[in-house]
Amino acid sequence: MRPFTKHTGLAAPLDLANVDTDMIIPKQFLKSIKRTGFGKNLFDELRYEDEGQPDQECDGRPIRKDFVLNQDRYKGASVLLARQNFGCGSSREHAPWALDDYGFRSIIAPSFADIFYNNCFKNGLLPIVLQAEEVDQLFAEVALREGAQVIVDLENQTVTSPSGATFEFNVDNFRKHCLLNGLDDIGLTLQQDAAIRRYEEKRMNDAPWLFLPRGQ
Amino acid sequence: MSAKTLYDKLWDSHLVQQRDDGSALIYIDLQLLHEVTSPQAFEGLRLAGRKPWRVSSSLATPDHNVPTTKKERISGVDGIEDPVSKIQVTTLDDNCNEFGITEFNMKDIRQGIVHVVGPEQGATLPGMTVVCGDSHTSTHGAFGALAHGIGTSEVEHVLATQCLVQKKSRNMLVRVDGELSPWVSAKDVVLAIIGAIGTAGGTGFAIEFGGTGIQSLSMEGRMTVCNMAIEAGARVGLIAVDDTTVEYVKGRPYAPKGAHWDMAVEAWKDLVSDKDAQFDEVVVIKAEDIKPQVTWGTSPEMVIAIDEPIPRAEDQKDPVKKEGYARAWKYMGLEGKTMLSDVVLDRVFIGSCTNSRIEDLRIAAEVVKGRKVASTLKQAIVVPGSGLVKAQAEKEGLHEIFEAAGLEWREPGCSMCLAMNADKLGAGEHCASTSNRNFEGRQGFGGRTHLVSPAMAAAAAIAGHFVDVNEFVKH
Repeated sequence: MRPFTKHTGLAAPLDLANVDTDMIIPKQFLKSIKRTGFGKNLFDELRYEDEGQPDQECDGRPIRKDFVLNQDRYKGASVLLARQNFGCGSSREHAPWALDDYGFRSIIAPSFADIFYNNCFKNGLLPIVLQAEEVDQLFAEVALREGAQVIVDLENQTVTSPSGATFEFNVDNFRKHCLLNGLDDIGLTLQQDAAIRRYEEKRMNDAPWLFLPRGQ
Repeated sequence: MSAKTLYDKLWDSHLVQQRDDGSALIYIDLQLLHEVTSPQAFEGLRLAGRKPWRVSSSLATPDHNVPTTKKERISGVDGIEDPVSKIQVTTLDDNCNEFGITEFNMKDIRQGIVHVVGPEQGATLPGMTVVCGDSHTSTHGAFGALAHGIGTSEVEHVLATQCLVQKKSRNMLVRVDGELSPWVSAKDVVLAIIGAIGTAGGTGFAIEFGGTGIQSLSMEGRMTVCNMAIEAGARVGLIAVDDTTVEYVKGRPYAPKGAHWDMAVEAWKDLVSDKDAQFDEVVVIKAEDIKPQVTWGTSPEMVIAIDEPIPRAEDQKDPVKKEGYARAWKYMGLEGKTMLSDVVLDRVFIGSCTNSRIEDLRIAAEVVKGRKVASTLKQAIVVPGSGLVKAQAEKEGLHEIFEAAGLEWREPGCSMCLAMNADKLGAGEHCASTSNRNFEGRQGFGGRTHLVSPAMAAAAAIAGHFVDVNEFVKH
């Protein structure tokens, strides 16, 4: 996994609450058996006027000009400002894959849906929960000046707004550690194999029916 | 020892290792796999040279993008016309063969929607931890199991380590007191709950559903309720084990047998919240107040009883809600309408992991029996949740009732719930759907979904618009 330490980037404001994973990446693109290539279909129905198809070239498609990512001033954005309950709906990891593939490194919102929030960390994408007023301020500052950049510092757990205001955020130590170092958490868990075996032995004793070959 | 909730008990009995930062390593008893969220996980295993920790803990079946017409299903995976879907289903078959995982493939009568298949086989048992790369895994919480959806990286993590890194959720109790009215079903109960607490109301919580309104439900009904816990933001929905649970599990193919059965039943008796257990939040709803529900907008929380007027954006105080309502009104094409009965329906879908079990189909059949679908309807389809549900329904003659009424009888799969196969809405079409999500584009580009119970969907199919099924059946 690509490590995340400190990132400075252009912020794009997506002013919509309850953005669900069907909006982030519609179902027709979930037929892929790969982890990459979803960026061109990120927010497909919000971004284009027509219905997108898998494997379709997107360059000539009619775009919805008012959608934030279609505006020239937000081209190359790598920080997404969002509203409450971002990422609600399905567990599809294609949603963070699409955000990552498009070029986003971090998403800032007042709240996230649990599964989406969790999936981001597995992909080097940092979801940040800030107070609603802080998110409001970021939205306002970003709208004010074209090219406004936001600094996300995972080590110090801070977000710095274009005007220099600094907001602190929380993140679990383990997740932070994995993200800072780009660690594969499967490898880390497998280091605990003795503990897992010990648990299994105890469980086999308490609930043997869970360990029998099926149907016996 | 202090009193524990059911969730606390399940958490504690699966704790492998507690970490200082509050996260923990949790053991997983059962992983269900389907074709959409597993290919990248298997690929990850291969790239790292890893093997599954315990293959017997996994069970797979294709469901999300299998076709549901007889024509496409007759020759199994070879019959899938969409080449991209075909690759995905074939990939699941290949991965299960390679890693030695039990799979009910497209030619197996046990194939179906994972959340229907697991319980039906007795693979889902009380007291288990159950995961699947699908948010509706909360369904299995109906058995007093700790069950939730995960992403593909976690699917790979569970395959490789049999564990998940988790942080414990907080405890919420949603109590439904009293007795449900006739024709008010589990679906109406859960929609009313989501309407009350909101689509993010359960975020960060494990919700236990209790009270007489829940205890009186069948296992099918309980699964419907837990299925939609995620639509209230809670990854986990739970219901305590009682005689109804044990009776349902007994004799199923993968359920424990003989001495193990007796031992298991004894252990399962503890799968209830202790009397003095503390919940971080308690919500109480009166069963008598719940009427048949219909969603009007593009989030499951945008729901009303059939006899209520559609709420208007201008009446909302909260600016975010106001904007959300205005957007939903526009998307749903509600201008000029006051009641949901004013909406002319184009399609009806009876199916999905929420409502495709035998009981759902029996209720729908009871409503349409001897009647005909409205001539204004373009299509009404019934998609059973599994090959075994389909066989049972056919044994009872339900398919004949549906077909005589003008509804199509299909092969099992997720179908129009998420429209990954050919079953979808056209732009602007309104659908009465027994599924779980009414998001923009969910059932097809530009499609307009109204979530309802099977009885309400069946009545709407006949009337061509929404009606109160309780009134409808009197005529």
